Amino acid sequence: MIIGYRNMKRIQHQSTVLACYVLAAIFFFPIFWMVLTSLKTELQAISVPPLFFFEPTLENFSIVQERSDYYHYAINSIITSFGATLLALVIAIPSAYSMAFFPGRFTKDILLGMLSTKMLPAVGVLMPIYLISQWMGLLDTRIVLVFIFAMMNLPIIMWLLFSYFKEIPRAILEAGRMDGANTMNELRHIVLPLSWGGVASAGLLSIVLCWNEAFWSINLTAGDAGTLTALVASYASPEGLFWSKLSAVSTLACAPIVVFGWFCQKQLVQGLTFGAVK
Amino acid sequence: MKFSFAKLLQAPSIILLLLWMIVPLSMTLYFSFMRYNLLYPERTGFDGLLNYNFFLTDPALYDSIVNSLTLVGSIIVISVVFGLSIALLLQNAFRGRGIVRVMLISPFFIMPTVNALLWKNMFMNPVYGLFAFISGIFGWPVIDWMADFPLLSIIIMLSWQWTPFALLIFMTSLQSMDKEQVEAAEIEGAGFWSKFYYLTLPHLSRAIAVVVMIQAIFHLSIFAEIFVTTGGGPGYMSTNTTFLIFSQALLQFDVGVASAGGVFAIVVANIIAFFLIKTVAKGMAK
Repeated sequence: MIIGYRNMKRIQHQSTVLACYVLAAIFFFPIFWMVLTSLKTELQAISVPPLFFFEPTLENFSIVQERSDYYHYAINSIITSFGATLLALVIAIPSAYSMAFFPGRFTKDILLGMLSTKMLPAVGVLMPIYLISQWMGLLDTRIVLVFIFAMMNLPIIMWLLFSYFKEIPRAILEAGRMDGANTMNELRHIVLPLSWGGVASAGLLSIVLCWNEAFWSINLTAGDAGTLTALVASYASPEGLFWSKLSAVSTLACAPIVVFGWFCQKQLVQGLTFGAVK
Repeated sequence: MKFSFAKLLQAPSIILLLLWMIVPLSMTLYFSFMRYNLLYPERTGFDGLLNYNFFLTDPALYDSIVNSLTLVGSIIVISVVFGLSIALLLQNAFRGRGIVRVMLISPFFIMPTVNALLWKNMFMNPVYGLFAFISGIFGWPVIDWMADFPLLSIIIMLSWQWTPFALLIFMTSLQSMDKEQVEAAEIEGAGFWSKFYYLTLPHLSRAIAVVVMIQAIFHLSIFAEIFVTTGGGPGYMSTNTTFLIFSQALLQFDVGVASAGGVFAIVVANIIAFFLIKTVAKGMAK
């Protein structure tokens, strides 16, 4: 039998589409399974064979809230990730503006140097940071996390803002200066409105990275300032068998940022690649 | 006057980052030469190179370096190969592509601790896990993932999370490909592989460079996934360098040795960063 060229193309296209559906199902399955398990009782969660159909219960969510005070950790996560992002932006916006429009001989090197602080393995400075926080009485406080997260993300934010600011035509700034705008006016009324997208990308990326940060939040916090990552880590110790509660707490911890990520894909890509991939 | 004020605005970020780097770094360097264990505060004083000697002759060090490199290398290869293949599959529009995209990139936003516990319990548990159930159906021997293949388990978890990252970036990069060029190549009779090799791959070179560099930075310091699953074990089978230093510091409270390890980790990271930035910066400068 001879299959025509067009038919072959169609079959090819359809099998590609089928492959995409299957792959999407495979990649998403663990998340789906987590949400499903969170709606089961503990006994249903470990049943063999695994249950796909059952009477769902919301019991786990209320138990998680009662037993480990989910809201407390969620608020910590929100405060630290938004606070750190805000702090980093406040520091970075004027600096990046200054570097983009008044570059010196070493501006490029300074920026590269900033990026290289990202290469510094956190574990290399774990002891000093731990001890400094202890001496200052800041262990297990949100302040220390806000500061650390801000410093962690500052280089990325600087790079992003720098590359966005650079794209603003200088003529616009000069026109503003002719009209008597001073530096702060220029920044507020000309530069920022023109690079809103860039500032947003940088901020969104920073929020996602802070939300999922685990090394510092596990090592520097306990009950008071613990974030959701630390809360989930605390469910690791009782060996298995609390799967539906673990799933409930995991679902609650991930849902906000996953949904957030769906809506900001484009900005995140630009952020993740320092604007190098558009 | 105005000019210098504008220039001055750079100062806060530079000073803060400099402090953020130099203060802890010099403390690490200082501690690494001192006798300093939080459990024995009375023992202090200069220790010469003993901490380094202790850390560098630790039999676990070699294992941890091999594990670190295995983790970084295999996750990068897996995520780039799968990410690229899936991105190519998704190139043509079809019904439901939006939702497929969203489903495919979701794992990237999952918290590391959630990711690790999810796989460890619900999938890799030898009794109740889904993998055990599936092997049961086919009559395959049940695998105790965390005990028998701890490193592979962690590679699976992280690849699940980071393939979507590579995919996300490759998809975005592919959108800016010149369609007329591709059509011209097709008219000239170029097959899939020659189109891939001569058009797609060069176009993606920068995206690939970025993906490799970012992943190398993140994966050299994998911590949470090991912390909540295997705890570095069994033995040292899944201990990477980060985890080894962490256990010196916060499990054995030996600040001196942990700092020597920290200095070591910083040196290694810098060597890798040097080569990476050199190659990647070349790709980015194009």
